[in-house]
Amino acid sequence: MNMTAEKVSQANTEGPAQAGSSVSLAGESGKGDLRFRRIAACFAALVPLLALAILFILVKASMVCFQGMGWHFLVSQDWDPIKENFGAAAYIYGTLVSSFLALLIAGPLGVAIALAITEFSPLRIRGTAALVVELLAAVPSVIFGLWGMYVLAPLMRVHVEPILVAVFGHIPGIGALFVGPGTGLSLFSAGVVVAIMILPTVMAICREVFDSIPVALRESALALGSTRWEATSLAVLAPSRTGVIGALILGMGRALGETMAVTMIIGNRALITPNLLAPSDSLASAIANQFTEATSEMHLSALAELGFVLFLITMVLNLFARFLVWATSREAGAAAKAKAK
Amino acid sequence: MIKSNPFQTASPWRRNKDLIMRGLCWASMAAVIVPLCSLLLYVLFQGTHRFDLNFFRNLPAPVGVDGGGMANGIIGTLELVGIGSLIGVPVGVMAGVYLAEFGGRGNRLAFWVGYLADVLTGVPSIVTGIFAYEIVVRPLHGFSALAGGFALGSMMVPVVTRATEEMMRLVPGGLREASLALGISQWKTTLSVVLRTAQSGIATGVLLALARVAGETAPLLFTSFSNQFWPGSPMQPTASLTVQIFTYAISPFEDWHNQAWTGALVLLLMVLLVSLASRMAFSRSKQTIF
Repeated sequence: MNMTAEKVSQANTEGPAQAGSSVSLAGESGKGDLRFRRIAACFAALVPLLALAILFILVKASMVCFQGMGWHFLVSQDWDPIKENFGAAAYIYGTLVSSFLALLIAGPLGVAIALAITEFSPLRIRGTAALVVELLAAVPSVIFGLWGMYVLAPLMRVHVEPILVAVFGHIPGIGALFVGPGTGLSLFSAGVVVAIMILPTVMAICREVFDSIPVALRESALALGSTRWEATSLAVLAPSRTGVIGALILGMGRALGETMAVTMIIGNRALITPNLLAPSDSLASAIANQFTEATSEMHLSALAELGFVLFLITMVLNLFARFLVWATSREAGAAAKAKAK
Repeated sequence: MIKSNPFQTASPWRRNKDLIMRGLCWASMAAVIVPLCSLLLYVLFQGTHRFDLNFFRNLPAPVGVDGGGMANGIIGTLELVGIGSLIGVPVGVMAGVYLAEFGGRGNRLAFWVGYLADVLTGVPSIVTGIFAYEIVVRPLHGFSALAGGFALGSMMVPVVTRATEEMMRLVPGGLREASLALGISQWKTTLSVVLRTAQSGIATGVLLALARVAGETAPLLFTSFSNQFWPGSPMQPTASLTVQIFTYAISPFEDWHNQAWTGALVLLLMVLLVSLASRMAFSRSKQTIF
């Protein structure tokens, strides 16, 4: 009896190929099992196939432009569909700067809020806070764009930008970043909107990382006479450093690909300038704005190549971030296991 | 969670620093709540200007004509999400079943499926739009609901895959063993015991993915495009609520701005209600099953 149960559970963990042979009662089912496994495998194989297809299609679609422009595409900032001269530098600049700005705002806020939720708030409100955060992540991008255009941009133009210019404008070095008067549609506004949009991502992952830290660590820090904040910074922040960096990079990945909200508030003028209050443009919003209007094969291909560049940047960042998050949670897991022994 | 230490002997400086840092954490929460409340309140109040029967019943009207609505956009969004889930749900659920039941050490296909599903969730939606354009719009020589649905479907696949896998793994091994011990074959066990037990969780995952893609604009701009008329065959350009909100928002007309806000209110209600309802349904069923 004991033997059979063991065999069955073995068959269960090792897959149906062995099930037919070890469970003699099953008889005919071996064939059915194999068939089911094959069907499931076919569907599952569609996932890697989809990933490969996206990569292949992007490469194929950007080939025309790549043959025409070569590597010059990445460094030139001349974007002229009439003369068929295409350079992505200004779009890459706009994407990187607006995303970095978003991260600069959302990073510290996200970490601080995650700490407030996991470390300093009573257990009862934690579930609600998590739910609210998740619902926020579901608010569509176009709604953030609408709000950014009609609420945030006027506020920026009338109140925030004059203050920024007055405070920072005369400091040598930093002053170049804030040259007014702005229209409210700027790199800076785009950074603020995207920061709000990536906060739920940063917060959710930070919470996960903080939650994986054993309570005993915090208790030991408190037992040694630390204050609450010292315990948090020693026992929670320090060991989760890699995980937090991973969360920030994943947030950055989301910021880079953000399309609608950015398109509606960045001003859509491709320029490379240090002035954060000037309009700019991003890879994603250039595609969104121009794709339906592109008539020549070369223009379409140039837009596809913008997409390919965006795809590569996000993929590299995402893979790196996933590796970091995975590495910390594994460390925390190992620590918990060692403690259990 | 941990009550503050009653034997606190820290110096005033350390105690003040403790208070300041904790205060900063709470202050940043407040700092984020302000813009979010502003967003929700603006959508709620600006959205009510045109929240009338015409909005839900009529086609878009030319500028200056009263009583235009976004009825075609609402139906179009439902159609696009429907086509998307026809593509995304079967593939995602079966891939998730494969990962949960046959995945494990040594299964190389399962490793790549799981890994690339994670990679796919990070693909910017506008890139998915280009992909759908090249693979559906170009061969068919025209924008269509099919292309838009295809884009949304391929965005759903990785999300549904991971959700299904997670839910199937929550089903206790004892249930599988009990079924197998009764002589029921593995595949029937998987379908009628494991999948049945996990179905409410999987449904939640699917609904959350639906809510997510229903709010997508970028991949629809040049796949399903837009349309002033009622959605017809899947081979025609089709209006969607999100693209219509975008077009109206960047237009110079006051009435269209108001309609864009109302569209945003309707979209937000749809998305939040679906997310919230599916979550609540799941947490209730979780209590009864597990």
